[in-house]
Amino acid sequence: MKLPPLLAAICLTGAAVSASAADPDLGRNLAATCASCHGTNGKAVPGAGMDALAGMEKEKLLQKLKDFKSGTKPATVMQQISKGYTDEQMDRIAAYFAAQN
Amino acid sequence: MIINRRDFLKASAGAAAMAALYGCASGSSKASGHVLVVGGGYGGATVAKYLRMWSQGNVEVTLVERDAEFISCPISNLVIGGLKTLADITVSYDNLKNKWGVRVIEDEVTGIDAVSRKVKLEKGGELSYDRLVLSPGVDFLWEQLPGLKSAEAQRRILHAWKAGPQTVALRKQLEDMKDGGVYAITIPRAPYRCPPGPYERACLVANYFKTAKPRSKVLILDANEDVQSKKALFMKAWADLYPDILEYRPNNELRDVDVAGRTAILEFDRVKADVLNVIPPQRAGQIAATTGLKLINKRWVDVDWLSMEAIGTPGVHVLGDAIFPAPTMPKSGHMANQHGKLAAAAILNLLAGEEPNPDPVLMNTCYSFVDGKNGIHVASVHQYDTATKTMQPVKGAGGVSAARNELEGKAALGWAQNIWADMLA
Repeated sequence: MKLPPLLAAICLTGAAVSASAADPDLGRNLAATCASCHGTNGKAVPGAGMDALAGMEKEKLLQKLKDFKSGTKPATVMQQISKGYTDEQMDRIAAYFAAQN
Repeated sequence: MIINRRDFLKASAGAAAMAALYGCASGSSKASGHVLVVGGGYGGATVAKYLRMWSQGNVEVTLVERDAEFISCPISNLVIGGLKTLADITVSYDNLKNKWGVRVIEDEVTGIDAVSRKVKLEKGGELSYDRLVLSPGVDFLWEQLPGLKSAEAQRRILHAWKAGPQTVALRKQLEDMKDGGVYAITIPRAPYRCPPGPYERACLVANYFKTAKPRSKVLILDANEDVQSKKALFMKAWADLYPDILEYRPNNELRDVDVAGRTAILEFDRVKADVLNVIPPQRAGQIAATTGLKLINKRWVDVDWLSMEAIGTPGVHVLGDAIFPAPTMPKSGHMANQHGKLAAAAILNLLAGEEPNPDPVLMNTCYSFVDGKNGIHVASVHQYDTATKTMQPVKGAGGVSAARNELEGKAALGWAQNIWADMLA
């Protein structure tokens, strides 16, 4: 299947971010664990109160996750969930969501 | 074939729409074949959608489901408590069919031939597959409760542990009960589907009685020695909100039921109730438990956590409540949804001739209501451990709410909207 140029470019960006991974789908698989609450590919149901992560700037999302993990950003549940992921995994998750539009 | 400009533009627009739907191409797009999914609940619907999405439509998916619509067990206790309707927890399979191209067949699988890779359907005929996914949930061990063996007995003493007609019928029994009556709920030994579910149900029935039938009582008869999930939070809710209504009795295992007398027969005691709600002991759903797959404790399917493939039966993957859980892993809808994605990724790898991801991660969040507004949660994250070849909970991660709060009541409803969309939208 041929992708239109814009999407192809976005996809290349996504691939470049996770180029170091043995499995090119690692970021996708990790981000899918977030989708149960935050929507498929980070596209949360509007008005249901969950943060939409799709298209969020990578550094911004990564910082947010790190702040949950360190406890500097208070939360009801994310302070507990973020501690289950390594920094490297959080980096892949943030990169994946940043590449979604 | 001659392609004119108009057709080419049409095809390009189609490709753009497909790409927008499926997201970016990746290694898994090399996969092709036919995956047959049995059971359209939290596990089955998720694996069906994600296989189509991640393969960009290259893998054919057939879903065999006995019911015409999806009805959610999570949130169904709010229907029993009179705070939601069955329509609120029902979602159509239309998007799976029309948007994602899943072939949905309303039928039941009655047999599996894992060697020739075929299944038999109840309404007649066979279906072949390259890979089979079973997500059948649980079935009940009625033989352990002789009094409840007949269909007539099961119509009178309800479980409502599979959402649907039983949910509505239990609500009706509570509405019909006189003020001053007793609602008793029995809990089987763990593991059972949805560890916090029975305690949440007791809260929401007590919440209903508090205003509508204030002289009535809620009695929890638990086969286990203690509350199985969110213990401190539930016990505080019971003491604060329902001190004169709700009573908890641990170490009270149901041995049988006197249906005519609506009486729970326990080891040392008999308890008569006006509404008796029996959650029977459970095992993997029929199709997974009786087709030769390797079971643990004769109840739950043993799986390879890198692929969710049944140990000893190549090509058959099992998800959700039917499997023998990894340490501290609950039988929850959220977890089944996560199993579905792990399986989808692994199946696409296997169909493409690749090894599955060696480092899978699963996470769980279960919300419970303790009244009409306040929620509590338990969360955990599980990473694959090569030494023990299972998913292990990450130490220091996960946990429960500090205290019940309205924010988490809202989050519970938001969770439901999002996970239903993740499976079915």
